[in-house]
Amino acid sequence: MDSPVGMERIHPLQNRRGASAHVGLTPAPPAIRIALRAGGDALSALSMAIGLDLPRAPKTAVVNGDGDRSVLWLGPDEWLLIDDGENGEAADLLARLAETGVLHSAVDVSHRNTAIMVTGEAAASVLAAGCPQDLSLKAFPVNACSRTVLGKIEVVIWRMADDMFRVECWRSFSDYAFAFLSEAAKDVR
Amino acid sequence: MSAPHRMTSGANRVAGAGRLTPARTARFTFDGKQLTALEGDTLASALLANGIHLMGRSFKYHRPRGVLSAGAEEPNALMGVSRDAARYQPNVRASVQEVFDGMRANSQNRWPSLAFDVGAVNDALSPFLAAGFYYKTFMWPRAAWERLYEPNIRAAAGLGVAPTEPDPDRYASRYAHCDVLVVGGGVAGLSAALAAAESGVSVILCDEQAEMGGALHHEVGISINGEDGFEWAQKTARRLAFMDNVEVLTRTTAFGYYAQNFVGLTERVTDHLASPRSDQPRERLWQVRARRVILATGAIERHMVFPDNDRPGIMLASAARTFLNHYGVAVGSKVGVYAACDSAYEAAFDLKRAGIEIPVIVDTRDGPGEGLLSAAADLGIEVLTRHGVIATGGRLRVSSIRVRPIGSSDGGRKIAVDALIMSAGWTPAIHLFSQSRGKVTWDAENSRFLPGAYAQDCLSIGACNGTAGLQEIVEEALASGELMARATGAEDVPKLSVAVESRAEGRSQWTSGMAGAGEGAGADSAAKAFVDFQNDVTAKDIRLAVREGMHSIEHVKRFTTNGMATDQGKTSNMHGLAIAAETLGKSIPEVGLTTFRAPYTPVTFGAIVGHSRGALFDPVRKTALHECWETNGAIFEDVGQWKRAWYFPRVGEDMHQAVARECRTVRETAGLFDASTLGKIEVVGPDAAKFLDLMYTNAWSSLAPGRSKYGVMLREDGYIYDDGVVGRLAEDRFHVTTTTGGAPRVLHHMEDYLQTEFPDLDVWLTSITEQWAVIAVQGPKAREIIAPFVEGIDMSDEAMPHMSVREGVICGVPTRLFRMSFTGERGFEVNVPADYARSVFEALWERAEAMGACLYGTETMHVLRAEKGYIIVGQDTDGTVTPHDAGLSWAISKKKPDFVGIAGLRRSDLVRTDRKQLVGLTTKDPRIVLDEGAQIVADPNEKIPMTMLGHVTSSYWSDNCGRSIALAVVAGGRERIGQTLYVPMPDRTIEVEVTSTVFFDKEGGRLNG
Repeated sequence: MDSPVGMERIHPLQNRRGASAHVGLTPAPPAIRIALRAGGDALSALSMAIGLDLPRAPKTAVVNGDGDRSVLWLGPDEWLLIDDGENGEAADLLARLAETGVLHSAVDVSHRNTAIMVTGEAAASVLAAGCPQDLSLKAFPVNACSRTVLGKIEVVIWRMADDMFRVECWRSFSDYAFAFLSEAAKDVR
Repeated sequence: MSAPHRMTSGANRVAGAGRLTPARTARFTFDGKQLTALEGDTLASALLANGIHLMGRSFKYHRPRGVLSAGAEEPNALMGVSRDAARYQPNVRASVQEVFDGMRANSQNRWPSLAFDVGAVNDALSPFLAAGFYYKTFMWPRAAWERLYEPNIRAAAGLGVAPTEPDPDRYASRYAHCDVLVVGGGVAGLSAALAAAESGVSVILCDEQAEMGGALHHEVGISINGEDGFEWAQKTARRLAFMDNVEVLTRTTAFGYYAQNFVGLTERVTDHLASPRSDQPRERLWQVRARRVILATGAIERHMVFPDNDRPGIMLASAARTFLNHYGVAVGSKVGVYAACDSAYEAAFDLKRAGIEIPVIVDTRDGPGEGLLSAAADLGIEVLTRHGVIATGGRLRVSSIRVRPIGSSDGGRKIAVDALIMSAGWTPAIHLFSQSRGKVTWDAENSRFLPGAYAQDCLSIGACNGTAGLQEIVEEALASGELMARATGAEDVPKLSVAVESRAEGRSQWTSGMAGAGEGAGADSAAKAFVDFQNDVTAKDIRLAVREGMHSIEHVKRFTTNGMATDQGKTSNMHGLAIAAETLGKSIPEVGLTTFRAPYTPVTFGAIVGHSRGALFDPVRKTALHECWETNGAIFEDVGQWKRAWYFPRVGEDMHQAVARECRTVRETAGLFDASTLGKIEVVGPDAAKFLDLMYTNAWSSLAPGRSKYGVMLREDGYIYDDGVVGRLAEDRFHVTTTTGGAPRVLHHMEDYLQTEFPDLDVWLTSITEQWAVIAVQGPKAREIIAPFVEGIDMSDEAMPHMSVREGVICGVPTRLFRMSFTGERGFEVNVPADYARSVFEALWERAEAMGACLYGTETMHVLRAEKGYIIVGQDTDGTVTPHDAGLSWAISKKKPDFVGIAGLRRSDLVRTDRKQLVGLTTKDPRIVLDEGAQIVADPNEKIPMTMLGHVTSSYWSDNCGRSIALAVVAGGRERIGQTLYVPMPDRTIEVEVTSTVFFDKEGGRLNG
C-alpha cells in the first residue's frame, strides 16, 4: 500500500478486562497475522524471507530473538505468522514472501483473528473448562500450540510461558471466548 | 434417652455408635415436619434416627415404602429436595443426599399425604394391573386412545414433579487427562491409587460418597496397617490429596465409560452445603481421558424375594449395618434377619452388640459359613436354617414376619419384629466394565457375572472383580496400581505393602447367596414378592411375561419394565434373570444379561449443559460495524449465529414504513448496508482458476484480473448448493464470496474436493470472512459518496465497469473495492480490514447522510433484490432446484469438460421440461401480499387434495413497483407466463398472474446508471 495507515485499529474486545485471584484475562494488542500455506520445498526460502525458521515439528511455535515475531505450526502445510507490527505492515511481509518466488499462499488475516492472553497459575485449568486437549506442561510445554476448540468455538492456543497462554480466535467469536473464559475463571479452586 | 444428643438428633441414635459428631446438628423438614439431623447424615439416616421408615410410595401400586439401601442403588426412598423456591430437585435418593441445615424434603407419588394415599387403590386393583396391562387394555376403541387413554396415562406417569423455575445455580466443566483413573475409593481403590501414585504417574481417584472408604463405612472390625480401617481410608485419602500428581474427588460419580478410556464424572460440589459460596458451581462435570482405568466399584447387595418384602422397615443387611456403624442409627429395636448369605450374620452381630434385639436369623441354607452358628449362639441369637420368610405384617411399617421350614406347607410361625434386614448375596458392580464394551463371563459356582474379556485399557479389582478376602483384595489392588503405573511409563515403582486384619467372627462365605424367588414366592404363588421395587415388578410378573412368550431377557425386561427405572435394576436384575431362567428351564447365561448403559446413576441436566447457558448457550456473532448500526437505531434479526441489522425505523415508523422508505431512498439516492457476514474465501495458487472451474458451473480461466463474476456452485447431484460473486485479484488469486449461511460449509466443501478429488492442484484456501468488513454502498449516488475517500483507483465507468474489483486505499486504509450490485442499482462493496471498519463507516456515512442517503437492513435488501429477480439460495432454492429451474442456465459454462454437478445435471429427472421453475407472480389485486410458502394451483375448484403446482418462495410489498411482488417455483412455470393461477388460503382464494422474475428496471440500465 502506498498510503500509510493512519487510523487506529479498534479491537473487538476494546477495554475488556477480566481477572480473578488466580487468572488474568487481557485482550492482546493488535497484531499482523498471516496465514501461510506451502509445501516442503518452499520452507527454507520462506523462512529466509521472514527471518524465522518455520517449525516442522507438529504443534510447536518459534519466536524470533526480539520476541516480536513468531510462527505457529497449525498443520502439515499450514502456519500462522504473528508479528507485533512495530516494524512495518502486513503488506511489507506479504511482499517479502512474494519476492521469494517459491510456491506458497500468504493471506493477510490480521483483522480476522484477535487474541486473549490468559495468565496466572490457574491459566491451564481455566482453559481446561472448554478445551479437551491435555494442557499439562508435560504434554503441552512452553511454545506448544494447537488449533483446537474452546467450548463451542475454534481457537488456536499457544503456551508462551508456564503460566501464560495466547488464545487466538476469529473476531466475531471473541466475545464468546472472553465470556467463556471469564465464567470458567470463577471455578478455579 | 440419657445422652443429650439423642434428644436433638433423633431417638434412634445409639450412644457411642457411628462416626458423626453429636454436637454438630442440622435442621431440616420432611413433609413440613421440623427434624434435626447430625452433620454428615444422609436424609435416610436422619429420618431413621427420627423413627421415620415410611419415606415414599411405590410408582405403580402406591405401596408404602421405606429405604432399602444406604447407597446409590436405592430404588424406594426418592424425594423432592429443595434449598429454596428455585432450587428444587425431584427423585433425589434419600440414601445419597446429605442433610444440610435448612433443607426441605418432601415425599413423592402420594396424595393427599404419605400415610394416606388415594392412589393406593391401585394396590387393591393390582390383579388387573399385571405386566403388559397397558399394552392389552387400552387397545379399543381406537379413538379413545388420543382423547381418553393417553392423556390419563400421561398424567399418572412419571415420578416426581419437574421444577418450574429457572435453575439459578452455575455448573462447571473440566477436561482432565491422567495416567491412571481409579474409580471407587474403598480398600481396593485406595490401595491401587496409592501404588500408582507413589510411582509418580498422574492419578485421579474418585468416589461417589462423601468420604473414601467404600465398604469400610459398614464393615467394622477391620484393621489396616494397624489402625481402624475407616481411619486408614481417611488418612490414605489425605495423603493422596497432598500429592501433586494426584487429584482426589469425593462426591464424584463415574457415570459413563466411553471409547478410548474417556470417562464422565460428575462432582456434586455444593449439594451438601448449608450456605454455598456464590462462586461455587453446584456441580462440576469432569471429562477424563485416562491412559489406564482401574475399576474398584465394589458390589451391591441383593434383597430377598418373598411375599410382601417391601414393607417399610425391610432393608438390606449392609444398609442396617451402615446406618449403625457409620451414622449411629438403630433401624429398629427388634430386628429380624433373613439371609441366604453370610454377610447378614455380621450385620446381626453388630446390631446385637449395640443392644438391639435380634429375635431370629432365618437362613434359607443348610447352614452358614464355619463358626457363624456358634458365634450366633454366643450372642444368644436364634438361627433357623433351611427356613424361609413367607409373609410379613404391618401397614406403614413391618410389624411381624411369618417363617416356616423350606418345603413345608404349614402356616408357619409368626415372629414380632419392627425391622427386617436381609441379604441374598452380592452382585459385583460391573456396570462401568460393561459400558466399556467389556464382555462379562458367568461364574456358575457363585451365580454371578464377572468381568471377562476387556475391550479397553482397564482392569477391575476387588469386589467388582469377584475377589473375596481382604488380603487378596489388597494384594490384587497394589499389583494393579503398580502394573498400570508401569504401563504408563513409570520406571521406579516402589513395592508397597498393606497389612490387613479382620476380627470377623467366622470364616464368612461372602460369595454365597441366591438369585430368584424364595420360599412362598414360587411359581404357584399369587403373592407380591417384589423383584424391582422402583417399577413395582414382582416375581409373578416375570413369570407371566415368560408365559406370554417373552423368552429373551431383553423382551422380559421391556414387557415387565424390570430394571428400567432410574436405579437401572441395581438390586433387581439378577433376581429377574434367575426367575426368567427358572421359568424357561434354562440356565442364566442362556437367557442372557442386558447391557449396562450410561449413566450409572442419574445425571442432572445442569451438569451436562455446564457453562453453555444464557449468553454462552451459543456464540452470538456481531460484525465489526455492529455498534454503528446500534447507534443508528437498527432493529436486528438473527441469521444463524449472526446479528444482522434488519431495518432502521425512524421515530413514528413501523417496520413496513421504514422498509418502504429505505427501498425508495436506495433507488432514488443511495443506501449503506452491512454485507460483512457474507462468507469470503481467498483462493491462492497457480491452479486457482482451474480449481474454481471445477467447483463452479461458470468458467473462471477466462476472467481477467480486476473483473468479477456471479458464480453458481452445485452439489454432485446437480442441485444448487451456493452462489456468490467471485473477483479475480491476480492471475493466481481470487476473492470468493459465499452466502452468509453457507460460509463454513462452502469452505469445507471446497477443501474436501481439493484434498480428495483434486489433490494435484497447487492452490490453497483461506477463510477471510472476518478479515474484511464490507460496507455496501448502493444507489445512483453510490460513486459520488465514496469517490472523495478513494485513492489510487479510477472509478469511472470506463475504467471500472459493473462487475470489477480493484485494490486501493479508502480513508487511508487498504480496500478491496468491488463494483457490484444486489439491488439493481449502481453499487460498490467497500471491503476494509475489520478493525478499521467503524472509522471508515463514520466517514462515508457523514457524507452519505448529507447527500440524502439512508442506512438499510436485510429486509430492504431482500425487497430490492426480489424486485430484480435475484435469488437467495436457501429461500428461493431448497436443495431440489437446479440452475435451469432457477433461470440460471446462462451461468453454466458450455465449454467445460467437468465441474462438480455436471453429471448430476444430466439425470433424466433433472432435464424434464415440466420441472418446477422459478417465476414471478403478481396478484390480481396489487394490494394483497402473498404468504411465503403458500401453495399454487391451477383449478381452485378441484376436490381436496388439489393438484399443487408449486409454492411461493419470496413475497414482499414493493413501494418502488407500487404493488406486491412474489417469486415462486411452479411446475412448467416459464411456459405458464401470462397464465392465471390460484393461491388457495383458509379464508379466500387469491388470483395471481405468472410473470417473469424481474419486476423493476427490466432492461437493467440502472446498473450502469
